[in-house]
Amino acid sequence: MTDADLLEMYRTMVLSRTLDQRIWQMNRQGRAAIVASAQGHEAAQVGAVRALDAERDRFYIYYRELTTMLALGITPLELLLGFLAKDGEPLSGARQFPLHGAIDRDRRDIVSFSNVVATQLPQAVGVALADKMRGEKRVTMAYFGDGASSMGETHEAMNFASIHRLPIIFFCENNKYAISVPISKQMNIESVATRASAYGMPGIEVNGFDPVAVYEAVGAAANLALSGQGPTLVEAVVERFLPHTSDDDDTRYRPPEDLDGIRDLDPIPATEKILRASGALDDALDEEIKSSAQKIVNQATEDAENAPFPEPHDFYEQVYAPGSPGDQS
Amino acid sequence: MAEMTVIEAVREALREEMERDPTVFAMGEDIGARGGVFLATEGLLEQFGPERVIDTPLAEAAIGGIALGAAVNGMRPVAEIEFGDFVWPAVNQIIGEAARVRYGTQGRRTAPLVLRVPYGGGVRGGLFHSQSIEVAFSHQPGLKVVAPATPYDAKGLLKSAIRDDDPVIFFEHKRTYRLVKGDVPDGDYTIPIGKADVKRTGSDLTVVSYGLVLHYCLEAAATLAEEGIDVEVIDLRTLRPLDTDTVLESVRKTSKAMVVHEDTKAGGIGGEIAAVIAEEAFEDLDAPVKRVAGPEVPAMPFSPLLEAEFMPSAEKIAVAMRELAGY
Repeated sequence: MTDADLLEMYRTMVLSRTLDQRIWQMNRQGRAAIVASAQGHEAAQVGAVRALDAERDRFYIYYRELTTMLALGITPLELLLGFLAKDGEPLSGARQFPLHGAIDRDRRDIVSFSNVVATQLPQAVGVALADKMRGEKRVTMAYFGDGASSMGETHEAMNFASIHRLPIIFFCENNKYAISVPISKQMNIESVATRASAYGMPGIEVNGFDPVAVYEAVGAAANLALSGQGPTLVEAVVERFLPHTSDDDDTRYRPPEDLDGIRDLDPIPATEKILRASGALDDALDEEIKSSAQKIVNQATEDAENAPFPEPHDFYEQVYAPGSPGDQS
Repeated sequence: MAEMTVIEAVREALREEMERDPTVFAMGEDIGARGGVFLATEGLLEQFGPERVIDTPLAEAAIGGIALGAAVNGMRPVAEIEFGDFVWPAVNQIIGEAARVRYGTQGRRTAPLVLRVPYGGGVRGGLFHSQSIEVAFSHQPGLKVVAPATPYDAKGLLKSAIRDDDPVIFFEHKRTYRLVKGDVPDGDYTIPIGKADVKRTGSDLTVVSYGLVLHYCLEAAATLAEEGIDVEVIDLRTLRPLDTDTVLESVRKTSKAMVVHEDTKAGGIGGEIAAVIAEEAFEDLDAPVKRVAGPEVPAMPFSPLLEAEFMPSAEKIAVAMRELAGY
């Protein structure tokens, strides 16, 4: 991990935060219907992607993965088309909530079918199983949150993956809240990662505010996966700076002092400090990074606002395979 | 041409498809050394090895979800749910997710999986080994639902299901497994999904059915033939998408229609068939559409007389046929 690597991650985090703030603002203005903010998750997401190969590996994301998407090369405009439900949205043609659907496979294997938590974990295990059956050397990265860790499907997925030593990483972004329910009411253990031992696989808890620590943990897990040694559970402990979604009101359940001192640890200024201390970042470069992010987001906002809503011309397509029984297209 | 049972036809189809296509594999509870609780996969472990015949933990949500993931990633899994009654934990993955993969990704991903589901009663299975659950899946656009009644149809339809590019729920009636025998051609053949089959031609009334009770309909039709009543019996074979053309063509000929299924009456397939007939062929009808179906109790009881009370029989169906014929 060089200064240049860290600088690139910093650039992605700044872009993600800038875009995230814009989308939240557009929701408050009534322009974006629903937003699940990634603010507080940026370092974990950018560090994880950095440890993987965007072209080789498979990404089963969930709904709070804005930084993951940017780090994988999905553009701010493409993401904004999703948040505004506009034509040309690259995952589902805006049939689904933002960040849901799938990217064209020949570009990236990024999949997020569902809003139902944890269903992606058995599916990701099946994806890794298929790779193993064909002898393909790829890592499947399965993202989930602390809330999903309570689902039975999480257990079933981890158990099966470990039995068959599948090339998969279970990547838990633990932000300590399942909507309003704090971690103390979700589990009677300190760390989700400790559950890994019950499945006979390694479990690593890592500070999700430290992109380098996450990079190293995911990198170690990827090495195990690629060398046939099976799955790893990586838990990145993060914070959710905003309510669960734009439809949530966290003042009803989250004490204001809950985030006291936490925002001082915000990974973006923290990374900025590290880069400045090492001499990799100065005022001019930082200004360039931040103003460039602002410009990109401004342009993407304008372009997305100008894009039309999709017409229902393909409304009856893709229900069944073209020409097969039941096809109405 | 060889005579075989339904279970043998299922096994042949699986074996031939696994020989034909290396992306086809089987997974489920007890399907390896045990050969499946009904022996549908007997011998497959020995022939194809544990990589392609996977004994899973007792975890139906994982069976559904892992099959789905593998299907999305280029494989053609054939997952067995041991008994239909155990399918509910997998519903999240199948109805909730597999059915929506193609639509929810605008065609960027597909889910060519088969879920084999032994279902139905009359086997002393009691409340939790007898259920008819096909309607839950038949309701969901994006799924294809198949329910063959004969060895010939079972083999040809299972091959079609495995080759289909959409998720197919393949219902096998447990009582037909060894009870129903029939001729099956040697070698490869398929039967198209979405096509009903007229199992007996007749001119006086149309009976639409599927699964085990289709055979009871044919028995009852034979009885009525001796009484001079000529019954046409249609085997739906596919429950989604329904072959309404075949049903309507028959109803327009006979002017009287009846639907028979083992599943509970309210909300069953019979209601949908009756509605389609009412919408499309009302003026061709000489009598109200009749339904013979399972009673409105939560599930099939265990003890023999209680079970018989639940099950449609050739006798019960014959009574209803006479009533309809005399309307």
